[in-house]
Amino acid sequence: MRSNVSAYDLIAPRTLAETLLTLSEQLGIYTPIAGGTELMVALGAGRLAPKKLISLWGLTELRFIDVTADAITLGAGTTFTDLRKHPVVSSNLSLLSQAASWTGSIANQNRGTLGGNIVNASPAADSPPALLAYDAELTLVSHTGSRTLPYVDFHLGYKKTALRPDELLHSVTIKRNFGGYKSYTRKVGTRNAQAISKVALAALARIEDGVLADIRIGAASLREVPTRLTATEKALMGKTVSTETIAAARAALMTEARPIDDIRSTAKYRGMVAGNLLEDFLRSL
Amino acid sequence: MDESNQLVGSSPIRKEGRDKVTGRAQYVDDLSLPGMWFGATVRSTIARGRITSITFDPLIPWHEFTVVTAKDIPGENAIVHLAKDHVCLAESTINHCDEPILLLAHPERAVLHAAVASVKITYDELPGVFTIEDSETAIERAAQGDTSGVIWGKGADANLFKTYLMQKDQKPIPADVWETADYIVEGEYRTGAQEQLYIENNGVIAEYSATDGVTVRGSMQCPFYLVHALEVIFGLPAERCRVIQTETGGAFGGKEDFPSVIGSHAALLAMKSGHPVKICYDRAEDMAGTTKRHPSRTRHRTAVSKEGKLLAGEIEIALDGGAYMTLSPVVLSRATIHAPGPYHWPYMVVRAKALATNIPPHGAFRGFGAPQTLFALERHMDKIARVIGLTPEELRRRNFLTTGDRTATGQLLSEPVDMQHMLTRALTESDYHAKRAEFDRTNATSAIKRGIGFATFFHGAGFTGSGERRLNSLVEIDVTAEGWPRILVSSTEFGQGTNTILSQVAAQALQLPYESIVVAQPDTLLVPNSGPTVASRTAMVVGRLVQKAGESLRTKLRDAGGLRDGYSAAEFCAVAVAYLAKYGELKTSARYEAPDIFWDDVLYTGDAYPAYAWAVYVAEVAVDTITYSASVTEFHALQEVGKVLHPILAAGQIEGGVAQGIGYALYEKCVWQKGHMANNQMTNYIMPTSADLPPIHVYFEETPSIHGAFGAKGIGELPMDGPAPAILNAVEHATGIAFTQIPLLPEDIFERMTGDNQQPHFDASIAGPFFSEVGA
Amino acid sequence: MSSVQFTVNGEKKTIDAPPMKRLLDVLREDLHLTGAKEGCGEGECGSCSVLMNGDLVNSCLVPVLQASGATICTIEGISTEGRLHPIQQCFLEHGGAQCGICTPGMILATHHLLEKYPQPTLLQIQEGLAGNLCRCTGYMRIFTAVQEAALANAAAGDLR
Repeated sequence: MRSNVSAYDLIAPRTLAETLLTLSEQLGIYTPIAGGTELMVALGAGRLAPKKLISLWGLTELRFIDVTADAITLGAGTTFTDLRKHPVVSSNLSLLSQAASWTGSIANQNRGTLGGNIVNASPAADSPPALLAYDAELTLVSHTGSRTLPYVDFHLGYKKTALRPDELLHSVTIKRNFGGYKSYTRKVGTRNAQAISKVALAALARIEDGVLADIRIGAASLREVPTRLTATEKALMGKTVSTETIAAARAALMTEARPIDDIRSTAKYRGMVAGNLLEDFLRSL
Repeated sequence: MDESNQLVGSSPIRKEGRDKVTGRAQYVDDLSLPGMWFGATVRSTIARGRITSITFDPLIPWHEFTVVTAKDIPGENAIVHLAKDHVCLAESTINHCDEPILLLAHPERAVLHAAVASVKITYDELPGVFTIEDSETAIERAAQGDTSGVIWGKGADANLFKTYLMQKDQKPIPADVWETADYIVEGEYRTGAQEQLYIENNGVIAEYSATDGVTVRGSMQCPFYLVHALEVIFGLPAERCRVIQTETGGAFGGKEDFPSVIGSHAALLAMKSGHPVKICYDRAEDMAGTTKRHPSRTRHRTAVSKEGKLLAGEIEIALDGGAYMTLSPVVLSRATIHAPGPYHWPYMVVRAKALATNIPPHGAFRGFGAPQTLFALERHMDKIARVIGLTPEELRRRNFLTTGDRTATGQLLSEPVDMQHMLTRALTESDYHAKRAEFDRTNATSAIKRGIGFATFFHGAGFTGSGERRLNSLVEIDVTAEGWPRILVSSTEFGQGTNTILSQVAAQALQLPYESIVVAQPDTLLVPNSGPTVASRTAMVVGRLVQKAGESLRTKLRDAGGLRDGYSAAEFCAVAVAYLAKYGELKTSARYEAPDIFWDDVLYTGDAYPAYAWAVYVAEVAVDTITYSASVTEFHALQEVGKVLHPILAAGQIEGGVAQGIGYALYEKCVWQKGHMANNQMTNYIMPTSADLPPIHVYFEETPSIHGAFGAKGIGELPMDGPAPAILNAVEHATGIAFTQIPLLPEDIFERMTGDNQQPHFDASIAGPFFSEVGA
Repeated sequence: MSSVQFTVNGEKKTIDAPPMKRLLDVLREDLHLTGAKEGCGEGECGSCSVLMNGDLVNSCLVPVLQASGATICTIEGISTEGRLHPIQQCFLEHGGAQCGICTPGMILATHHLLEKYPQPTLLQIQEGLAGNLCRCTGYMRIFTAVQEAALANAAAGDLR
């Protein structure tokens, strides 16, 4: 334990409104902490720079799953276990419930939140590829109001997001548009469980009259941010799945993927495996 | 005698098991002493160089701290094992990253990290020597007069901790053996460092008083090793250096030599601060700063006849010992003796060396040199088979040692050995042939390539040669006030079952219930030195002594106490209590008596080990061609171990060892950056989880050895030797690619499967008289 | 400093501690419940696992303030009135514990698993325990212990 915990403060307002007020009045002073599966690791390692934290853990206003005929809205405080347990999420948002099942361990799924996973903005995070494929929309709230933002516009750069200093991620909304779509998601980690992603894909496709009428692919660990593979999608839209289109799609993937060498893996490996996952998906259609 | 009391061979509840499942077991970090302070270590951030300044940031209230430097060491600044080259605290020369320089203690644990960070040290940095090849190059340059890369020793010993030359029958290989051989097969094989990753980090609590001397409690395997280290550090006699082992959460060799370091550190802080001091490492510090398995490079050159008979073998072994000698000569010794494996070699020459590098010193890890060279050998045997056109099975069968043969050190195998049968049984249990054929058929059209491979090997139990004679182990048994037998040994429990099996042995020898036996906590003030808990010697050597001491106790009470035949436990206690009342003490002992074994430490010939366990391991793998990752899908482990003292514990040892072997082969990589372990976190050092391991099927055979308790041979380390070569042999079957290095990661498989340097398949018909892949 | 109230093993506790103090350290230092261990401090090894409101969590990642009002169960609360829980008994009988350092967390993870899946498949057991690293056993006998505990629970249920 490399930190002196006496040097840290943690407050836990009872309501979302109080939390937002504090964030607004004391701009940039408090760092939100939800389930702690990221920030507490930093604390233990002696590298948690922010000394004042504000807890979101008990805010029931953030921990919900709302289902309507048109959309599913997931509160930012929803844990991965909450996602896995919810029958509509499991049946309608299988990319996301799958991602939840391979996020950390059971103990970490019980505490890790969807909001934390998004806002922490690791390019290797488990839920973003699915959210990108689902065209998720974020609702951001502050003391002065709320706004929505397509998730695809949320990540501005490595660990840099569109969240303003007084804002919290409130919820993620996904339209229930994907009936009839084929889905595919796979995470390649360092081992079968409790592993950080080396590369991951989440994909949805709709075939009409033998051609790809719609295709959406989200990826982890291919860029400095979670990435929607738009060039790859473009190479596939309106095409039939054939050896040629697969080759073209793989080539397109290599133009928009910029994987790196790091402590877990190599750029070449990541690029090749991403292509293999893509091909595996396309051949399954 | 009560024949129904057959304890050995049954599976009683682990002696300290109840405390472990209730969370009552007290590991060192669970303990506190009154007035205890906490200690921390300031470590080097460079791998090689000299300290130029040490500054204490004035923002820290240093008057609250105790600071210890090398100057505070009352005795010698040396961690003694085989030499005194290893400093306890660096004075000016730095030889590895994370080398301890000074120590801090404070009443509050929470302030230590910031204090450590506030000690600013500047260095003159020198280029580090980080690999076996770096060290060899430095030696070559030194021979030419440029000693800039010499980081240890000098002259003929430059960068060289130890060398061995082992020649079967002391004969070099005649030139005509090579000239007339049908085939000469060469190969080079490499293994990486491996972190023991006991779930309990290293930790100790030390006390010091001018009158009593030093007392250290902590997580460790060898209390008397630490006693010796403290004698040297403090200049105190052994009686004033007391060491007590606390419940230890895993060790695997990682707490064999290292406690001498952390124990000395805490004791120095205790001395200077006047308080008990606890040092417990966190995971990052433990991984970066403590010992690991020696990385290795093994080269084989083998002359083989076209009938598949091994004619001659030359083996060159190089181990990376890290910055200081620690136990490298002994690891090298075991690597050397095991390198030729369970085969008959008409001629065998092994040249072995342990080299110095600017890496934190490597040390003991289960297997201790044998996993490295047995990996090389068993990979090489499959290569030979392929080159000459025999199956891996047939090649082994034509060369196995058998009863009455002599090993490469000339040791006569007088106790029965039947590797032909072992191989047959293992291949049958694993359905090897059918699976091999099935995978051959299905692989062509599957994205998942499956393979099956095996390794045949042996493992010598106990200390090498005259080691056990030198250890001169002593075991005692006394009785508690109630008359229950109490075992007094320095052998430690760290999960492998020491307390349990020694209690079983004693219970059987004394014809008493298992529950009646007490095992004393290893406290060097109380227990005799029964030797270190290493080298798979506890069941075999120490167990045998416990058996003898137990029999002595029975005899004593029968002869002098009137104990009648067929006594009940209650009668035993009554007699024991009466004896105590009459004579004041009731204690028996047994000391190691060396059997007629002959070992020459210079010529490296003779009886290397009292007994060998023999094994065949079979691994099934699946290689996913989408992700290039290999996983083990099924594992069969067959071993002949003399006597299975406790079926559940024995199987548990094999299963756990196989799991570590699977990690060694496919998952566990130490990533070094300028001599520092960059992946020193559990997130980035990949150990298999429950979701990664296959079903592990364990089978035992028993051919009792005269040397061990009730015939038992050691089994703790054996399971580390077989998995890696069996797995890579299986991967070769699955993919057709011969990998020669571990850990074998998906990135490595990817490079070979898709890269420009794809290896052609071997065609034995064109292999000809000379086949080499040394440069590959 | 914050004053935090929660229930541990059925007993109400009030702790005065820095709000960011890890629940693990509060249990071990303030409450002297040393069954939960620190193996890694990064939520990877699971040896610090406890049950918080019935959920398995890594206590090294929970700031004590977030445990306010919670019901915590540690290994010390698993056996009742000195009688071992069937899970503990099965770990003992089947070799599920070797060095024992992972055992408290492993038993709590097992407890959590069996509440969710009273008769778990091997795959469910593997997944349920994947967050608890054991370096000694290779997991085989832990799986057996879990399966036997499931049977023991079922048998006990039959007797009611």
